[in-house]
Amino acid sequence: MSKENNIKTACHNANHVCDKTQYKEATLLEKIKLTLHLIYCRACRKYTSNNQKLTKVVKKSKVECMNSKEKKSLETNLTEAIKERQY
Amino acid sequence: MPKHQIDPNKWVSLYSDYLFNFTISRVNNRDLAKDLVQDTFFAGLKSMKNFKGAASERTWLVSILKRKIIDHYRKINSKKGKAEVRMSYNSDSETEGDWLEERVADPYDKTAEDTLENEELGNAIYNCLSKLPEKQAEVFRKKTIEGLDTETICNELNITASNLWVIIHRARTAMAACMEKNWF
Repeated sequence: MSKENNIKTACHNANHVCDKTQYKEATLLEKIKLTLHLIYCRACRKYTSNNQKLTKVVKKSKVECMNSKEKKSLETNLTEAIKERQY
Repeated sequence: MPKHQIDPNKWVSLYSDYLFNFTISRVNNRDLAKDLVQDTFFAGLKSMKNFKGAASERTWLVSILKRKIIDHYRKINSKKGKAEVRMSYNSDSETEGDWLEERVADPYDKTAEDTLENEELGNAIYNCLSKLPEKQAEVFRKKTIEGLDTETICNELNITASNLWVIIHRARTAMAACMEKNWF
């Protein structure tokens, strides 16, 4: 039982570090640990490769979005216009 | 088939990102894109009663937006077109061959195909994003597309860092699965 739990937490950690790596927020030690984990864990290898693919795709597409401030102003403008039409 | 309902109160949260991305790939200017999206919402509001419910709300808004973009280009063209001085390099035979390097296609320039693929990719990403739960989509968008810090997002949404990473993890798993199905 305890062994099973150990494996679970290990994978949990690995995935967490992998997520962090996508945003370049993992430390060197964490990255080394992740690599060691990936040597013997196929499930995490799969997750990591998928994750990297996703990052690459988002980067390549250069999608843009409005930040929250721009959105807020848009929303207030729109609600005002809605109100105007109702009265 | 149930008719599509229209609800302008939700437009900004549901469609603004998709429309913004659609616009920016065509006009290449953030402020202008924002204005065009806003104009689209206003126009949609004005002609709400003409909405027959045959298409989805988003398709309808996109069709309005397309007209707005065309109108924008018409406008700048009519102002500028008259003042513009057109230069043509080989108007006479005497200078032929002079500016040769300027007429060679730039290899680093994007081809039309690349642009098209990028645009489709952007649309696919937003389609997948709109299928996620709202919270996950918001965090993923802020973190991945806007590239904000963990701390900033945490403060803005009032959540802890570990909470944020759990949300990111779920969002990424769902996004990867969705993109796998629709794109790769």
